[in-house]
Amino acid sequence: MAQAIAFYVIAACILGFGVLVISTKDTVHSVLFLVLDFLFVAALYVLLGAPFLAAIQVLVYAGGIVVLYLFVVMLVNLKRPPEAHSDPHRRTKLGFGLAAAVLVELGAIAAQGYAHPAAAIAAPATAAIPVSGNTEQVGWLLYTSYLIPFEIASMLLLVAMIGAIVLAKREL
Amino acid sequence: MLLSAALFIIGVIGVMVRRNIIIIFMSIELILNAVNINLVAFSAQLGNQIGQVFAIFVIAVAAAEAAVGLGIILALYRNKETVNIDEMNLMRS
Repeated sequence: MAQAIAFYVIAACILGFGVLVISTKDTVHSVLFLVLDFLFVAALYVLLGAPFLAAIQVLVYAGGIVVLYLFVVMLVNLKRPPEAHSDPHRRTKLGFGLAAAVLVELGAIAAQGYAHPAAAIAAPATAAIPVSGNTEQVGWLLYTSYLIPFEIASMLLLVAMIGAIVLAKREL
Repeated sequence: MLLSAALFIIGVIGVMVRRNIIIIFMSIELILNAVNINLVAFSAQLGNQIGQVFAIFVIAVAAAEAAVGLGIILALYRNKETVNIDEMNLMRS
């Protein structure tokens, strides 16, 4: 019961701050609401039984990426908010319409999932992981079954780092 | 799962409606977080940690994409002095 209440409170906060992220005029306020959003998502991960992922989320997302965004907001210093005048070419209603279409599609998928519950999910058969504790289990899976994606992800991060440095240099 | 779908919708709305490109990137991060929530929820329901492992990869990819994307924004800003994507049209006259 307490878990359900906690889930609904956290979910309401996540959605509320999400709406505030995309609807605030000031960019810095938007970034701050994004930080709060990430922290509440990390709390949700703890509730769902993934404490390692919650720590990773706080470190990487709320700690690293948001700092990156704040730096960029600081370097791209906006004298006036860019939403000052509305562009006649911009179709805001089309944007809302497309989002509504995505919502309808997701609702159709969810409804179909509820109609046929037996054929919905089959848990992939994993070998018994010989360690206990959430971090150890994630680490076991990461280093044995999912080693190749792990290495590819590290290559991706390396390439992204080099790319970001090259893009942000003053002269080449 | 409904929460993840709702957050995804909010992110999609943010990407399409706002004109400040930094906020567009932040909406993309919201979308990625919604996907992560979905993955962790499935992992909690199915009892194994495969969803969490995949969520770690999604976080890594999101971090890489945010870094490169913000580098592109900085390079673009140096040339065009604006973050309004309606003014960043090199293809229209």
